[in-house]
Amino acid sequence: MSKTIRITKGLDVRLLGAAKPEVVETTIGEYAIKPKDFVGLIPKLLVQEGDKVKAGTPVFYAKGKERLLFTSPVSGTVTAIERGEKRVIETIRIVPDGQNEYEDFSKESLSGMSAEQVKEKMLASGVWTVLRQRPYSVIPDPATTPKCIVVTGFSSAPLAPDYSILLKGERDAMQVGVEALRKLTDGKIHLNVHSTLSRTDELLKLENVQINTFEGKHPCGNVSVQVEKLDPINKGERVWYLDAQDLAVIGKLFTEGKYVADRIIALTGEEVSHPQYYKIKRGANIASIIYNNVSANCLRYISGNVLTGTTIKADGFLSYYDNQLTVIKEGNERKLFGWLAPGCGKFSVSRTFLAGFMKNCSNTKPYRVDTNLNGGERPLVFTGEFEKVFPMDIYPMQLIKACAIGDIDLMEQLGIYEVEAEDFALCELVDSSKNNIQSIIRQGLELMRKEMGE
Amino acid sequence: MRPNFEEGGKFYAFHSLFDAIDTFFLTPEKTTSTGCHIRDAVDNKRTMFTVVIALIPALLFGMYNIGYQHYLVLGEIAQGDYLANFWGNFGYGLLKLLPMIIVSYVVGLGIECVFAQIRKHEVSEGYFVTGMLIPLICPPDVPLWQLALAVAFAVIIGKEVFGGTGYNFLNPALVARAFLFFSYPIQMSGDKVWITGDAITGATPLGEMIAGVSTPSASVLDMIIGFVPGSVGETSVIAIAIGALILLVTGVASWRVMLSVFVGGAAMGLIFNAVGANEYMSMPFYYHFLMGGFMFGAVFMATDPVTAAHTNTGKYIYGFLIGVMAVLIRVVNPAYPEGMMLAILLLNVFAPLIDYYVVDANIRKRAKRAKLVSNK
Repeated sequence: MSKTIRITKGLDVRLLGAAKPEVVETTIGEYAIKPKDFVGLIPKLLVQEGDKVKAGTPVFYAKGKERLLFTSPVSGTVTAIERGEKRVIETIRIVPDGQNEYEDFSKESLSGMSAEQVKEKMLASGVWTVLRQRPYSVIPDPATTPKCIVVTGFSSAPLAPDYSILLKGERDAMQVGVEALRKLTDGKIHLNVHSTLSRTDELLKLENVQINTFEGKHPCGNVSVQVEKLDPINKGERVWYLDAQDLAVIGKLFTEGKYVADRIIALTGEEVSHPQYYKIKRGANIASIIYNNVSANCLRYISGNVLTGTTIKADGFLSYYDNQLTVIKEGNERKLFGWLAPGCGKFSVSRTFLAGFMKNCSNTKPYRVDTNLNGGERPLVFTGEFEKVFPMDIYPMQLIKACAIGDIDLMEQLGIYEVEAEDFALCELVDSSKNNIQSIIRQGLELMRKEMGE
Repeated sequence: MRPNFEEGGKFYAFHSLFDAIDTFFLTPEKTTSTGCHIRDAVDNKRTMFTVVIALIPALLFGMYNIGYQHYLVLGEIAQGDYLANFWGNFGYGLLKLLPMIIVSYVVGLGIECVFAQIRKHEVSEGYFVTGMLIPLICPPDVPLWQLALAVAFAVIIGKEVFGGTGYNFLNPALVARAFLFFSYPIQMSGDKVWITGDAITGATPLGEMIAGVSTPSASVLDMIIGFVPGSVGETSVIAIAIGALILLVTGVASWRVMLSVFVGGAAMGLIFNAVGANEYMSMPFYYHFLMGGFMFGAVFMATDPVTAAHTNTGKYIYGFLIGVMAVLIRVVNPAYPEGMMLAILLLNVFAPLIDYYVVDANIRKRAKRAKLVSNK
């Protein structure tokens, strides 16, 4: 069963520094779990500094949702628990001991297991947290049932990793993961692949899933866009989603009886000397990955891609759900008459710069970019630039404004349940008034989530 | 120098002015803080600058035409001898128009700076364009003090009271024009204002049509090139077409609005042709595009992204109705020969309503989908 969906609106941002298809193993000196990676979560610690943990040992649980356990990706010692303002827990650092010990969750065949047993096993091992729910992008409440589950098997983001590399050899584990997910919903398991980006055999050989092939530009890899085309979310409905890499994590929980946090990530970006893939575990410190491998410029390290990623320090940790590390130049310098120049080498979608006309040229020659805002912040103006990069049947500017003023009814009417901040990243990118649109949408979603008591 | 203008510095009262000038020369060093880490090179300065570039052909031609009309009426050059006295025409027009542009920018930007200062904002670039549009839609003989008052009214009442660029619902340049029209009707209409010089009269093609002739005295060629009396920037179809091309190629103005204004105007013109009750109604419909401010309004005024309809579907309706109303007002209303200004202002007011129904259709669709599911 296969379906092809074409996305026409959007934008592929072509940048320098794509990862070469080589996977390198590297020793990571430290791992961390950052509670901020999870939406709407208040952590309650289960370990103290100095405690020994194994891979799969619970580190904290979610306040008010006691069944949600977050477990260590590696065996080692909890070395530090760092707190920020108001004593909010920011990072729980774990230094590996090299023993690779795992908590035993026992191998089990899925065939005899009930939905509740599957859930229990996933919750106890912390593997449950690879699942997320639309709306709001929270980790799903195990007491609920989704109308369908979406597995994303590609990413269309700038410099995104090639999933055929990430998923190599994982087919069997992923099939077990699919079987596990099938216990959790009566609806379909959608597996979304792209017609040209990383169309991997590992995914196409999976059974008991509906394979949907997407065509077109970014953001066709965004869950919201995919769900809207497949089975749009109405008020009160839930869709769960996860990355194909995590499908294998679920599978291994049942076949090997342990939480295997291994994953491959891509090191990308113009400022990286050797952009390539690394085999690491979740929440790795990036220091040893970037060591001797980046330029001497003032740099920004981004866990994720340039559109939606999080800024981290040069000795920071990759975020929980990210499989990409991007390094670009900081743009903290001033340019004479920058707004007046013809602008041949600049990144611009707008045709007010010569660069905008060189679409064909830029397809072969990727852009150089930095983090400069390229202008001052102004009130939002309806220039129609958002509509060209926003592929959903939603009025983006109207929804942004509804979120900005916190009008819950209007947000609901305009489709807030169907979107996530990341869907507005391209709007933010092209916005000539330089507003932080993703954070406006995020605030709107948070308001909605609290209102609905999720 | 910068510290003097920062909070607590000697010249803090002028910090918005300083910022405006400073960022005019050097792009800000500000980097992205949250969300998308890279941003498009385009900013409001660039967009507004593009519009000003697009206005330049109309501006230059307007200057020349001021001189041409002046010397034509004085009998110093012959009708149709367009290039005689080239520098004389141009120089005369420059001397007439330059003071208008200076007054418009000094008054307008002055007020913008004060508001930006009070609100602790940066000075927005919107007035770059408005300040150029206002002289171009005024008759060349407008007294400068009236112009200054109109600009002040437009910036304060038309824009800043609503929060500044991006929040206004009426096109500020047209507010200035409407202010002049309704406050000084004696000076602003009739035959005296269109050609500069004391007691020189000359009717615009629109004025002649209202007076009841069958076709304007100016030839179609004159109207296309623009050698007719009229507001400074509105007369030349060719100059405006160059501007339109720039706006459309760069994507700054909405082709949806522009196209539908012309479709609307043509539709109403053809309806009048079919009725044909008087000379004006029987006039070929495309004359409307050539006369008066129709073309200028369609290209530079109706397309203002802030005051136009915001949805793509809404833009078609908005533009179409502007075209219809402009021709309707021209032909049916005997008191005022030009319908474009009022048509655009009227549709500025109705644009939010149009958008409301367009967005409402989307809301209903979503609600219907949800209902289908809950009934299943």
